[in-house]
Amino acid sequence: MSNPTTTESKPAPPPVEKIKIKVDGREIEVPKMMPDWQGKLQPTTMLQACALAGVEIPHYCYHPKLPVAGNCRMCLVEFGTPMMGPDRKPVLNEDGTPKIAKSVLPYEPGTPRGAIGCATPITPGMELYPSSPATKQMREAIMESLLINHPLDCPICDQAGECKLQEYSVDYGKSASRFVEEKVHKPKQVDLGPRIMLDDERCILCTRCIRFTKDIVGDDKLGIVNRGSYNTIAAYPGTQFDNNYTLNTVDICPVGALTSKDFRFKMRVWFLKETKSLCTSCGTGCNTIIGSRENKMYRYEPRENDAVNSTWMCDYGRLNYKWINRPDRLSKVAGSRFKGEIPSEVWLEAVKAILAVLNKAPQDSVAIVASARQTNEELYLIKKMADKLGAITDSVPRTGESDRLLLHEDRNPNSTGARLIGISPQQMGSNLPKIADGIRTGQIRTLLVIGEDVTRHGIGAELLQKLDNLIVSDILPSKTTELAHILLPGCAHGEKRGSFVNVKGRVQRFMKAMEGPGEARPEWEFLKELVEGVTGRTGPATIEGLFNQMAKDVPAFNELTWAALGDQGVTVPL
Amino acid sequence: MIVKRKELSFWERLYLPAIIGGFKVTLRHFFRKKVTMQYPEEKWVVPEGYRGAPYLVKDPEGNTKCVSCQLCEFVCPPKAIKITPPGPDGQAADRPAAEKMPKEFEINMLRCIFCGYCQEVCPEEAIFLMKDYSLNGESRKEMIFNKEKLLALGGVHEDKIWKWKNK
Ligand code: SF4
Ligand code: SF4
Ligand code: FES
Repeated sequence: MSNPTTTESKPAPPPVEKIKIKVDGREIEVPKMMPDWQGKLQPTTMLQACALAGVEIPHYCYHPKLPVAGNCRMCLVEFGTPMMGPDRKPVLNEDGTPKIAKSVLPYEPGTPRGAIGCATPITPGMELYPSSPATKQMREAIMESLLINHPLDCPICDQAGECKLQEYSVDYGKSASRFVEEKVHKPKQVDLGPRIMLDDERCILCTRCIRFTKDIVGDDKLGIVNRGSYNTIAAYPGTQFDNNYTLNTVDICPVGALTSKDFRFKMRVWFLKETKSLCTSCGTGCNTIIGSRENKMYRYEPRENDAVNSTWMCDYGRLNYKWINRPDRLSKVAGSRFKGEIPSEVWLEAVKAILAVLNKAPQDSVAIVASARQTNEELYLIKKMADKLGAITDSVPRTGESDRLLLHEDRNPNSTGARLIGISPQQMGSNLPKIADGIRTGQIRTLLVIGEDVTRHGIGAELLQKLDNLIVSDILPSKTTELAHILLPGCAHGEKRGSFVNVKGRVQRFMKAMEGPGEARPEWEFLKELVEGVTGRTGPATIEGLFNQMAKDVPAFNELTWAALGDQGVTVPL
Repeated sequence: MIVKRKELSFWERLYLPAIIGGFKVTLRHFFRKKVTMQYPEEKWVVPEGYRGAPYLVKDPEGNTKCVSCQLCEFVCPPKAIKITPPGPDGQAADRPAAEKMPKEFEINMLRCIFCGYCQEVCPEEAIFLMKDYSLNGESRKEMIFNKEKLLALGGVHEDKIWKWKNK
């Protein structure tokens, strides 16, 4: 069943022209043209054809999102083409099948001659032999040559565990080296830029990093200097490799030449649990993977999603995770209401205390400021509560400079969600002065703040002190949390599940990687209890149920379901 | 399953022959050479290749050999090893070319099963199962040996390759 909410339905694609080839003796039909790194149709390459046949061709320099360079030679494949007679007609075998001429060295007809799979287009009737002994031998030879000057310092290399050289060594490497000469030594621990460390001895000169920064970022800063075995990657003399996307080169560097200074020597990658998540640093909502171990987050990596971020993410977003591990995270239910006595069932007591306040509050005496960093599910629950209480709501706008690639000027991950659900007016933040006025005149007696420090956004400490009830939920301490009568510790996105809507209307979900600290609970859990207490009706007790209910209630979500979101999300019309 | 009890023969029912047989064994051992070792006053000679407690070693120049690759932590079946890597701004390694060494290295000797996998997997010849077999402490905490203790107990290991020196 196709989902009605998807807006990416393009006009019916023209019929694809297919050609027949053989891969390892198996005949398959593949499209004649396939998208290249920019999505433009180009003749299908041998590597793409093999992938369609389910045979992986080892490769270093080829990257589906970068222009083809064809310099590592790892993707060599033995192949043959139908033989042509002098009359330009195919020569046939006795049984009527076309005779195949295997490609051989012109000066040594007995030796097979491979072609690089990443850059050689297929032709009709072609036969590829990616599993033949000759192909294997070519790969072994390439591996041996790549490893001639390699320092073999895997024990101290951060790439170990996700290194293509290691992987292909297992498949095509030799356990002992035949190299007896002195290895060429190149610079190590080179400070390439503020976030990047370079080890030239490990570099295999695939130029992925150069192509990325030139063709994707448009900052032609990297190049190769020196000659022959002294080839080294370098930044333009006298400059630093410094743009907002440098850390992507660490991801695409197939070996450990480029490593992240931030992640340097922090944890071996095989210990990291990988959880599908989203970047929360701007409205683009790049898809990410959180690498965590034993409840500690170590890194973000981009996750491929062609509708959002391709395979990249910006350095600003990638490094904006350290607050999750901060030691001063709020981890206790607190606030002046609980002076002295600390109830054993803290959450039960806190929810009871809040409900006592809310259920007594006259209409129009409650205001809610909910951050546009909260999930759709949470904002939906808050909206329900606000509707029942007749509360005025808003979020806090947050902007910064954008760039032409991924970074968006809206620095909230869920502004769109806050607007669609109706927590924030179209002009986000325009209700904040009204709330401030309400408190000043004494009309608003109760303020709920979810995930914001309102003292920095026009509702100062002197106003907060005028309130009868200040109920705050947050992750990190702030002026607002200090003044709270009841303070509820919440969870970071990596510690709960939920969904965001990005600036283009893509609804995406993220998963839970870690537990929140101490007594902290995902906000939706206690918000659900509050909503039930205020409305007197029970609702779904899971994120799936909540999302599905929200999608039914909020027209913009078009009856989407949590399951339909998948890993890549769905775009809703804005 | 029901096992049928065998009927005893007359000879067996006599009782005395069995008693005499038993005493014969006792007497034979009584006059043999004694094998009981008066432990702990007397200690045994630990054979070569014995797998005792795993300790960290230093090279003859006094450098910590472990580079914090965490392979032993990974391979250790009972998860007895816990390594804290140095991170980007940790203490500089003893050998500059090796770039790093562990900030902390703990082995919980109560968990260790003395399998020797750590020694086998170590690419740096930095951890060895030594001859210590009698490990005692007054608390569980005391049985978690830290880096300092492991290095002190491990001593020096003759290095033939000097991997990081000739880099
Ligand atoms: S540094 Fe990495 S990405 Fe750049 S050329 Fe070398 S191996 Fe390729
Ligand atoms: S000997 Fe075995 S159980 Fe003990 S620390 Fe080494 S790997 Fe772990
Ligand atoms: S992947 Fe084809 S030459 Fe490198």
